[in-house]
Amino acid sequence: MSTESATHLRDESGPFFGEFGGRFMPESLIAALDEISAVYEEAKADPTFAAELAELHRTYTGRPSIITEAPRFGEYAGGARIILKREDLNHTGSHKINNVLGQALLARRLGKTRLIAETGAGQHGVATATAAALFGMSCVVYMGEVDTERQALNVARMRLLGAEVISVTTGTRTLKDALNEAFRDWVANVSDTHYVLGTVAGPHPFPVMVRDFHKIIGEEARAQVLELTGALPDAVVACVGGGSNAIGIFHAFLDDPDVRLYGYEAAGDGVETLRHAATITKGRPGVLHGSRSFMLQDADGQTLDSHSISAGLDYPGVGPEHAWLSSIGRATYLPITDAEAMNAFRILCQTEGIIPAIESAHALAGAIELGRELGPDATILVSLSGRGDKDVETAGRYFGVLDEAALAASALEQNALDANELTDGEAEAGELDHDAALTAAARQALDEASSRVDDLSAATGNGVER
Amino acid sequence: MSAQSTPTFRAVSPVGTAIQRANSARKGALIGYLPVGFPNLAESIDAAVALVENGVDILELGLPYSDPVMDGPVIQKATQTSLDNGFRLSDAFTAVEAIRARVDAPILLMTYYNPVVQYGIDRFADDLVSAGGAGLITPDLTVDSGAHWIAASDRTGLDRVFLAAPTSTDERLRLAVDNSRGFVYVVSTMGVTGARGDVDAAARTLVERLRANGLAEGSPAASTTGACVGIGISTGDQVAEVLEYADGAIVGSALVRALADGGVSEVARVAAGLAVGTAR
Ligand SMILES: Cc1ncc(COP(=O)(O)O)c(C=O)c1O
Repeated sequence: MSTESATHLRDESGPFFGEFGGRFMPESLIAALDEISAVYEEAKADPTFAAELAELHRTYTGRPSIITEAPRFGEYAGGARIILKREDLNHTGSHKINNVLGQALLARRLGKTRLIAETGAGQHGVATATAAALFGMSCVVYMGEVDTERQALNVARMRLLGAEVISVTTGTRTLKDALNEAFRDWVANVSDTHYVLGTVAGPHPFPVMVRDFHKIIGEEARAQVLELTGALPDAVVACVGGGSNAIGIFHAFLDDPDVRLYGYEAAGDGVETLRHAATITKGRPGVLHGSRSFMLQDADGQTLDSHSISAGLDYPGVGPEHAWLSSIGRATYLPITDAEAMNAFRILCQTEGIIPAIESAHALAGAIELGRELGPDATILVSLSGRGDKDVETAGRYFGVLDEAALAASALEQNALDANELTDGEAEAGELDHDAALTAAARQALDEASSRVDDLSAATGNGVER
Repeated sequence: MSAQSTPTFRAVSPVGTAIQRANSARKGALIGYLPVGFPNLAESIDAAVALVENGVDILELGLPYSDPVMDGPVIQKATQTSLDNGFRLSDAFTAVEAIRARVDAPILLMTYYNPVVQYGIDRFADDLVSAGGAGLITPDLTVDSGAHWIAASDRTGLDRVFLAAPTSTDERLRLAVDNSRGFVYVVSTMGVTGARGDVDAAARTLVERLRANGLAEGSPAASTTGACVGIGISTGDQVAEVLEYADGAIVGSALVRALADGGVSEVARVAAGLAVGTAR
């Protein structure tokens, strides 16, 4: 089992992973990236940094996250032994907090007082807003307009945490455009602002640094599975958007050649259609958001729209380390459609009593396929990257179990309540930093609620979607 | 495009020559930016020609790109319109050829890196030479990541403009000076493109730092490199102010807005107003 390989894949630390990675960025940001690289190297060498982060994880994140066996789910996966790594149980509901706390500590070392972030599903935005509150920093989160609509609950969470959420209306109005907007903000405000990039993409050192902050997932899981089963798993699987939870759980296993690694990309309506986000499956190498990797693009190098039911996987790029692991054959990347993911979502809910994030449901669907292929003797470790609270509305509507009219009414009422509370709160705590943002938030909440009522009555008119 | 014929190597920088000429006749050069294909290909060509006819010395033609991280709202909106109208990379070469047939000003393409990579860096360089273009401005490609483009431009003699920012270290300024041909793009302020009330004092400091790091004093010889200041400049007075210490002033958003609001005649009028700032 412990075949010693000559080179350690785990030691790869950029800026390039093979031909992928690098730093293709405006000169205005190079100094900031160099500063992050330098301060991050210092922090890595400083035991107090590791100790601080470990203490935060112990007392705030709730690490180590547990593993859970899923035998009833395993029946759907060819009887394979399915073990879930429960990143969904972390504070804020996903793996994203691992990276955010690391970067927030780093931002403090850098003397930065303002955090900005992009977010797709809202999980990274929520984690960043949380860290900003915890560290007493101000926070602005950029989110594509399309995503603010499908993940409205997370928008509210970020605002409750004191962050300003800016709805991005440029380009395709999704995650990639939120990254563009965050870079533009960073160029203009780099003196006091740290950009907490939320996945293992972007210019060096982000892919390496974000990976390092997430590799705790696999380190814990490797030891936990060994202790539980006495052996390493046969396969480790994860969903891949930008690829942070996947690299996090893969990394500790990179030099275990008998452990197969599978990343599942969002295939949306199917990779034979134009509506998917299967970057490695269907893309080709190019430069996007500061690094060279696979991306969905047309012949002229214009980035193509991606599509997925899952906002967190709806990204036309992927981290360069994944492009490299794919190119050397160490990891395999396969597409999972919306329908396959939602089927796995439902199965996990009803066999194990766990509601997964729709992103994570792609990994679960992959595990079902893989288990059927490998059979009942196989052990499969699954990255359950997040919980599905944020997706209840999407999933409820998908499965037709949402009482649409009641939801609309209660959303309107609740948002009106929120609006009042926030406005009152503002009057009392006159010195709160984010007053303006909060009132604006409240006002927008009301607007959103009323437009949602319109949407919903339209939806109920012709029955539930799908 | 005809990539078959081997393009002739250019020993003299067309952009450097134009800057030198502007600096000896007037206070310095005026460089005007417009995106290709906005509001449509034909009008973007007419507008570029109008710029030159109204005092612009060097044209900077923007290639519309889906993810323009250095651009502010005015330019984003224009380039998005061009993309929505079906802009193709080949349109850029068409535009360069058409403009060069009508006016004699060097044309730099301002392009993000990925379209060049996908077209093929060498093929892009060859086709740009064939179309009569002068070179590239690369907002998201720095010298340390640009070996392939540096080799292609050395082979063809194309000009290459790298950027210098207020946050750049002396070491990086030297890299930009040593590797740029035509001019170094002096980013006047930390931010994206867009008109601003004042041009940051940081620009003057940055030009001084570039001079201290190897940039030739005064008007550059054609074979060397000037310092041209961009981002935020929108009036003739600002042009005049910048040309006190720099070799050229670059105007983008103000021209794009004029084109959007009043068409070719308005962009011509605004260009003429800006050109007043180049008079000694
Ligand atoms: C729960 C969850 N899993 C996965 C992802 C995808 O990101 P990554 O591929 O970086 O793990 C997201 C992103 O929002 C997420 O919220």
